[in-house]
Amino acid sequence: MSAAMDTESTYSGYSHYSGHSKKAHRQGRDRHKSPRSKDGSRSEKSVTIQTPPAEPLLGNDASRAEEGQDDNWGETTTAITGTSEHSISQEDIARISKDLEDSVGLECKRYLGLTVAAVLGLLVFLTPIAFILLPQILWRDDLEPCGTVCEGLFISVAFKLLILLIGTWALFFRQPKADIPRVFVFRALLLVLIFLFVFSYWLFYGVRILDSKDTNYQGIVQYAVSLVDALLFIHYLAIVLLELRQLQPMFTVKVVRSTDGESRYYSLGHLSIQRAALVVLENYYKDFTVYNPALLTASKSRAAKHMAGLKVYNVDGPGNNASGQSRAMIAAAARRRDSSHNELYYEEADHERRVKKRRARLVVAVEEAFTHIKRLHAEEQQKAPGEMMDPREAAQAIFPSMARALQKYLRTTRQQQYHSMESILQHLSFCITNNMTPKAFLERYLSPGPTLQYDRDRWFSKQWTLVSEEAVTSGLQDGIVFVLKCLDFSLVVNVKKIPFIKLSEEFIDPKSHKFVLRLQSETSV
Amino acid sequence: PAITVLYSISFSFQQRIEIHKLRQGDNLILGFSIGGGIDQDPTQNPFSEDKTDKGIYVTRVTEGGPAEVAGLQIGDKIMQVNGWDMTMVTHDQARKRLTKRNEEVVRLLVTRQSLQKAVQQSMMS
Repeated sequence: MSAAMDTESTYSGYSHYSGHSKKAHRQGRDRHKSPRSKDGSRSEKSVTIQTPPAEPLLGNDASRAEEGQDDNWGETTTAITGTSEHSISQEDIARISKDLEDSVGLECKRYLGLTVAAVLGLLVFLTPIAFILLPQILWRDDLEPCGTVCEGLFISVAFKLLILLIGTWALFFRQPKADIPRVFVFRALLLVLIFLFVFSYWLFYGVRILDSKDTNYQGIVQYAVSLVDALLFIHYLAIVLLELRQLQPMFTVKVVRSTDGESRYYSLGHLSIQRAALVVLENYYKDFTVYNPALLTASKSRAAKHMAGLKVYNVDGPGNNASGQSRAMIAAAARRRDSSHNELYYEEADHERRVKKRRARLVVAVEEAFTHIKRLHAEEQQKAPGEMMDPREAAQAIFPSMARALQKYLRTTRQQQYHSMESILQHLSFCITNNMTPKAFLERYLSPGPTLQYDRDRWFSKQWTLVSEEAVTSGLQDGIVFVLKCLDFSLVVNVKKIPFIKLSEEFIDPKSHKFVLRLQSETSV
Repeated sequence: PAITVLYSISFSFQQRIEIHKLRQGDNLILGFSIGGGIDQDPTQNPFSEDKTDKGIYVTRVTEGGPAEVAGLQIGDKIMQVNGWDMTMVTHDQARKRLTKRNEEVVRLLVTRQSLQKAVQQSMMS
């Protein structure tokens, strides 16, 4: 197994990663854990889509301890690689330093965008107030007195500004949930529009009102009101462009995982490719079963056997005909009568049987374990028959009787790395607290669940790269294919347009349903 | 007392008819229509003498068609088709047995009331 891993790993000359330095530490830690459970190549470049917040660095130690526990708890696979647990190779150092540089760069970009938008927003918000106050400050004495209509307009300006503030807060002040590679086109457009708009208003104001010191105060206040009205309409435009337009489904997207072919379909509206990628990734974490590299070893060994079956020797010396050689190999392989399909069939049947047997044992053991404890109701609690336990202690008490069966089952289905003893105990006490039946407790272990269910360390998929032939800010079209790559596998996304549906109407009178018995039919032959 | 010798004379009321199918486009047709079957209502059969008879009867014969040429008549009860029994079949099964695509000739065993009546009358007299 180690030889295979050594030959499969590749190193890229230039790879740059984004993310905090904490993520870089976790990268290094992941690398050290990799011999146990991964054999993917680590040559991906340009990681740009990240999942939300970083974990505390303490996670480092916790997982080390977990690893130690894993040694006793789960199945162990030994592997020998070049680097030991405590050394850092030259490549790691280079990568970490690049991480720091680039993380600073991308952070700057994100914060720059945010600050620009914030400054613009503040400016825009204060503009109407400035329009109203400046004449009062500069040439108060010349101004006409503000009548009733004018004062009414003050109230209207105040409330419209309040509504604008609440609307902007609701629409724009949200925690960013992802880093995307290119700028958000519609947002940039809106910012530019607002800037031009406010700029032109200021220009007009400066030239026609400030310079000439207009005394018609009501006109000035009405001008400010018109500005606020127009801002509210821009806000409406923002809602339509950013939120409403993509609600109506226009495309169906098929997502296939490259390693095991698991696929799902999603409906999307008019989105850009990067936003569609975000939606796909958000759904990936909850819909797809967790990626388990241990399940792929069987097909990899079969592939290795196929490759090793035939060797081609070049007897005639140089001047080799490479394509001719490979064709000869394929033809020979087709003619060869191998029984690998037989092996596969019997192996799979055997595995099925074993899994079913172990599952039966597990279910029985858990049911029996659950019968050992009983919930105490409030009145009984006063009497205190024996020692009372809280859920955690109760879980610890009944766990040993089902531990072995559960361990064997997890090993057979190759899920043992995903569940540590601690997590099982926690889940058990959770189930006991919530009055769940044994079957509800087992639901998590009997079949692999979505990625979100498991500990972050086991995800294998935290940083993603969007690979696309079209620009990622262009909209979705029929037939577009893009790939979301992470280190170990990739998701191939195929976009199809929802067909134009022609629906016609047919009216059937309820009284027209009449029947007759078909008892004497005549058929011509 | 005269010794009555009773001979059991079995007159075959049945007639064998051989129809050669006619090709019309993509189909092979026989040129008649059938009615009856075990899934049909026997009381509506105009040709049967016994109104509980659920056999297959010929209800129409097209003029100049292969069946008329071969001698099939309206009201005939079909007993066998190419050796297959037709007295206890559903309407659809009967149709299928007559319209097999790979058969060019069907040999029917039919029985006719007029035949029966004629034999009975001759026995009486």
